[in-house]
Amino acid sequence: MELFTPDFGLIFWMFVSFAILFVILWRWGWPAIMKGVSDRADLIDKGVEYAQSAKEQLDHAREEADKYIADARRQQADMLREADKMKTQIIEEARAVAQTEAKKVMDSAKQSIEQERKAAQEQFRNEVSTFALDIAQKVVRNQMKEEKAQEKLVNSLLDEIEKQN
Amino acid sequence: MIKQTFTTIALALIALLAPVVALASSSHGEDPAAKEEGIDAQGIIFEHLGDGYGWEVPFNHHKRIPLPVIVWGSDGLHVFSSSRLNSEVNGGVWRDGNAEFKIAGKDSPYKGKVVEIINGEEVKPALDISITKNVCGIFIAVLLCIWSILSVARWHRTQGMKGPRKMVGAIEFVILFIYDGVIKPTLKNKANKFAPYLLTVFFFILIMNLLGLIVIFPGGANLTGNIAVTLVLAIITFLITNLFATKHYWKEIFNPEVPWWLKYPLPIMPIIEIFGVFTKPAALTVRLFANMMGGHMIVIVLTLLIFIFAAMGPVVTGATAVVSVIFSVFMLCIDVLVSFIQAYVFTMLSTLFIALGQEEGHHEEHAAEKPVVPQNP
Repeated sequence: MELFTPDFGLIFWMFVSFAILFVILWRWGWPAIMKGVSDRADLIDKGVEYAQSAKEQLDHAREEADKYIADARRQQADMLREADKMKTQIIEEARAVAQTEAKKVMDSAKQSIEQERKAAQEQFRNEVSTFALDIAQKVVRNQMKEEKAQEKLVNSLLDEIEKQN
Repeated sequence: MIKQTFTTIALALIALLAPVVALASSSHGEDPAAKEEGIDAQGIIFEHLGDGYGWEVPFNHHKRIPLPVIVWGSDGLHVFSSSRLNSEVNGGVWRDGNAEFKIAGKDSPYKGKVVEIINGEEVKPALDISITKNVCGIFIAVLLCIWSILSVARWHRTQGMKGPRKMVGAIEFVILFIYDGVIKPTLKNKANKFAPYLLTVFFFILIMNLLGLIVIFPGGANLTGNIAVTLVLAIITFLITNLFATKHYWKEIFNPEVPWWLKYPLPIMPIIEIFGVFTKPAALTVRLFANMMGGHMIVIVLTLLIFIFAAMGPVVTGATAVVSVIFSVFMLCIDVLVSFIQAYVFTMLSTLFIALGQEEGHHEEHAAEKPVVPQNP
């Protein structure tokens, strides 16, 4: 039967047709399609990757921003604390300077008071000595009215000198 | 909605009855003697499944689309139109130059073929490469295949970064279905080397199968149901398998790893393996051929039932017609499915055979791949 015995003409044309079909598709068909499909798959992969990284970056950016804000807060607090410290320090320093200044003033005052006091004392002593001499003069004058008394005094004084020598 | 469905079914029935009418005219036209004895079912079936010079036109058995006849007769090459061999003119004998040709009759050993008449004897020409109905069908399938694949390729070159839609998307889906589902997992890193052949085979078979289901002109040729067509495809797969085969493949054939007494003194296993090399293309050939031819035959037989039962009166004929048409529609729907499945199976088996020829010698891997033979208790 014709169906079961392959006909040469048909085999010949089938082979020729298939060869032509294969060469055409092999040359211009499949490579373009395969390349197109894989290129598109790459593009899609890249797109997904990009989107993922973008999302990650966005999440990251929020975190970063939070970090920066926290940093800024900390810095602010630090600065405030520093300022506070500096303020205290300045006050402290001012107080110390004031104290030394005051002490200096007090010291000089004390000194001058001492000097005044000493001068006064000196003056007082001089005056007292003057008074004492005056008084002693008067007393001596009174006592040396008599000759006897004068002699006695001279003698005693001489004795004293002798003793000393 | 329901009305639409009914209209569709009615149209489908009318469309299906068209070949029935064509068949009826053919059965009456070809063999007037059969009219009295009933119809020649076998003749009709094989005429429709077989090849022919010229392509039938619906509703008219006498007119055919003429196709070139190319034969190498006793005195050289002859090329003439198949319409010259019309049986109604000059008894079907055509005088081309000094040679006379006719289509051999029913009783001739070359039944249906062009023969040269030399001294009143029918002699088969040395070479007959006529563009027959099937050859023309192959050309149409090739053109359709080239057009559909190149249109996808062109689309890829011009706007490949967009999403494929409509026809391009559909074809691309099938390409990737075969490539990612069959070729890549089986051939792995050698997939790209053999993919062009396997994809070409798949689309060529698929288009030929589907064209065979169309009843009128561009289709209607029973291509994949013809053993010559499937044989060529199977031989090409056979050649690719063996020409690109690795050393390991040949070692497995001539010196397989089996107990020594299966190889010496009688080489039982090598003989079986060598036999297997040739049964593979034979299986490919027969599988596709038998499946497609069977599908066509069932549809034709179902249609013929109407005429076979025609002798039993109008009621039986009517009832048979309804049942036959319903079954024919059902079978054609299955044939659409089978068209795809057989193209898929042919490609899958080709891939598998080529992959077997690409095996590298890894002992453990090979042992794992060997099918486990169930042991009968």
